[in-house]
Amino acid sequence: MISRREFLQATSAASALLLGSGLGDLGRVAAQQRLSQADIMRFDPLGTVTILHVTDIHAQLMPLHFREPSVNLGAGEAKGLPPHISDAEFRKYFKIATGSADAFALTSDDFVSLARNYGRMGGMDRIAALIRAVRAERGEDKVLLLDGGDNWQGSWTSLQTKAQDMVDIMSALKVDAMVGHWEFTYGADRVRQIVDKAPFAFLAQNIRDNEWQEPVFEARKTFERGGAKIAVIGQALPRTAVANPRWMFPKWEFGIREEDMQKQVDEARAEGASIVVLLSHNGFDVDRKLASRVKGLDVILTAHTHDAMPGLIRVGDTVLVASGSHGKFVSRLDIEVKDKKVAGIRFKLMPVFADAIAPDPAMTALVEKVRAPFAKDLARTIGKTDSLLYRRGNFNGTFDDLICNAMLAERDVEIALSPGFRWGGTLVPGDTITWEHVTNATAITYPNCYRNQMTGAQLKEILEDIADNIFHPDPYFQGGGDMVRIGGMGYAIDIAKPAGSRVSKLTHLKSGQPIEASKAYTVAGWASINQNTQGPPIWDVVAAHVSKLGSVKIEPNTAVKVTGT
Amino acid sequence: MVWNSIETTRREALGLASILGFAALLAPRMSFADEQTVAAEIKKLYGDKKLESGKIKLDVPEIAENGLVVPVNVEVESPMTDADYVKAVHVFADGNPLPGIVSYKFTPACGKASASTRMRLAQTQNIICVAEMSNGNLHMAKANVKVTIGGCGG
Repeated sequence: MISRREFLQATSAASALLLGSGLGDLGRVAAQQRLSQADIMRFDPLGTVTILHVTDIHAQLMPLHFREPSVNLGAGEAKGLPPHISDAEFRKYFKIATGSADAFALTSDDFVSLARNYGRMGGMDRIAALIRAVRAERGEDKVLLLDGGDNWQGSWTSLQTKAQDMVDIMSALKVDAMVGHWEFTYGADRVRQIVDKAPFAFLAQNIRDNEWQEPVFEARKTFERGGAKIAVIGQALPRTAVANPRWMFPKWEFGIREEDMQKQVDEARAEGASIVVLLSHNGFDVDRKLASRVKGLDVILTAHTHDAMPGLIRVGDTVLVASGSHGKFVSRLDIEVKDKKVAGIRFKLMPVFADAIAPDPAMTALVEKVRAPFAKDLARTIGKTDSLLYRRGNFNGTFDDLICNAMLAERDVEIALSPGFRWGGTLVPGDTITWEHVTNATAITYPNCYRNQMTGAQLKEILEDIADNIFHPDPYFQGGGDMVRIGGMGYAIDIAKPAGSRVSKLTHLKSGQPIEASKAYTVAGWASINQNTQGPPIWDVVAAHVSKLGSVKIEPNTAVKVTGT
Repeated sequence: MVWNSIETTRREALGLASILGFAALLAPRMSFADEQTVAAEIKKLYGDKKLESGKIKLDVPEIAENGLVVPVNVEVESPMTDADYVKAVHVFADGNPLPGIVSYKFTPACGKASASTRMRLAQTQNIICVAEMSNGNLHMAKANVKVTIGGCGG
């Protein structure tokens, strides 16, 4: 159907365009001159249907920096396959020039100097401008806009408004359908309230009422665009009830539900759909496996694992799209339909370079409006950073180191545990740390920072369990996210070993002594999935620590020794 | 229907966990079944008879959302006529204190050999299902269910 050459076409075009640019400190102006909105938009249209995909925006209304991971290991069959490649290997696979705009957007090395060249990415008014331009070019009746979820959570404003800011923004953007994951952490009632009134569809074929097994949300919706019927099936994160507090949606059951998915595809085809799209929040590896088992999906729009890839990945007759996170990218797929079947697909991962795109004025105004009640708080300076603060990476990130340091100091504990969330912006050395930056990395509805005692054996058990969640060789047994971050303790991990035997050499860093299985240690952590967790919200813990430090400096973290890669 | 009983609830077993934020797999100090225990149970019922694969569709989640009530659906392929039907289906768990989960008896009047229930699982383990056909043949299916402490999702 589509050759690998075609998949990479958009990529190579984009790289060719930018070859030789961005090497060294060219300065922002030079970068802007090289990269225009026209370059970002350039696309050789195909067929009569355009699908636009955004995902995992994590409530980021404003442009920001977001550094992609330098360590993103794959387990089992996914080992060494995209998206489990990074930096030089990633650039080689997707034919991206070192130092180019694409390299900055998609890889992590040399992030600080490239960030100075290329500026921030994302921003809802820039995304709105790109979407408006595509609609103008193609005609509104040909364009379908889909959101892969994790849209309503991740900022102070979304937390304070219980997602109303994002709902208003996405409504104004005229999104056609979305799916969910972090959305559910506002609680079942709030989600229901939004979904009942929203002008967009909220789809999930895999959520059931746990008493009668009745569907909680619409499973799929058919749209007509460019003369073709497009069936969109929704898939929420199958592990939401495990990864997030189940008590917030106690009557809902999730799961992958492969057979039900196949039924949805078959019904959609029977109803005359020419294109069947899975709007998924499974995570990339789960979707790759699912694509090999569920027949008849033309496109899977992936999400959850925050992978951004400038080429399509093909599994049988299905293509997988990975549109990144935090508003950094808008994916465009042009689809040609012949005899009620997909005859061709052309793809481009459009990077949202904030300085190159003229913002959509109406959206700028709306963003300002929803932020206005919180503007003073958001802008409040807490401190500054001398180090690069980022989150992505399988085992640690410097922003997580900062959060762990804050817990160690403010909660007076020996060991600190911080969840391996993949969301939250990046700060470059010299940046001011504002309340907005602190909350971009911490804003959740279950923020309490507990203080407790745990034995060495319990700590090991926790590490083993989470490691299996990430490195189980079968993606259907994984849960997404990264390894829990640890302050005050080091360990070794062999990711290739079976469950329960990956983690060893737990070490109390301060004393250099091995962690003793039967000894109790004082531990702080946050994002407990259990109800009534006691302790101050994590953002207050981090802010207190940062304001005491004044300026943050994070030492290189070598506490985790990784093998088996 | 035969239910096993577990005195210590998983919720209790997880005690500390609930404060930790990373729930926990802190098994209470009790003995658990294993593969051999399950094999012995099957042997008690059917001796050394050969267990064939196929015919059974065993539907359990890969990861339990709540270890206290894990859904299990079993369906055995059969015409369910007087000449050819499923007589019994047994479900075992090889990591619970007691391996027996449930046993179903069927007759041709059942129309189809399918059943659903919920089971309590103490830890990550295999669910083993054995079906006895009217001609005496035995079939077996196995699936792993992960019981995890959760949290930390991306």
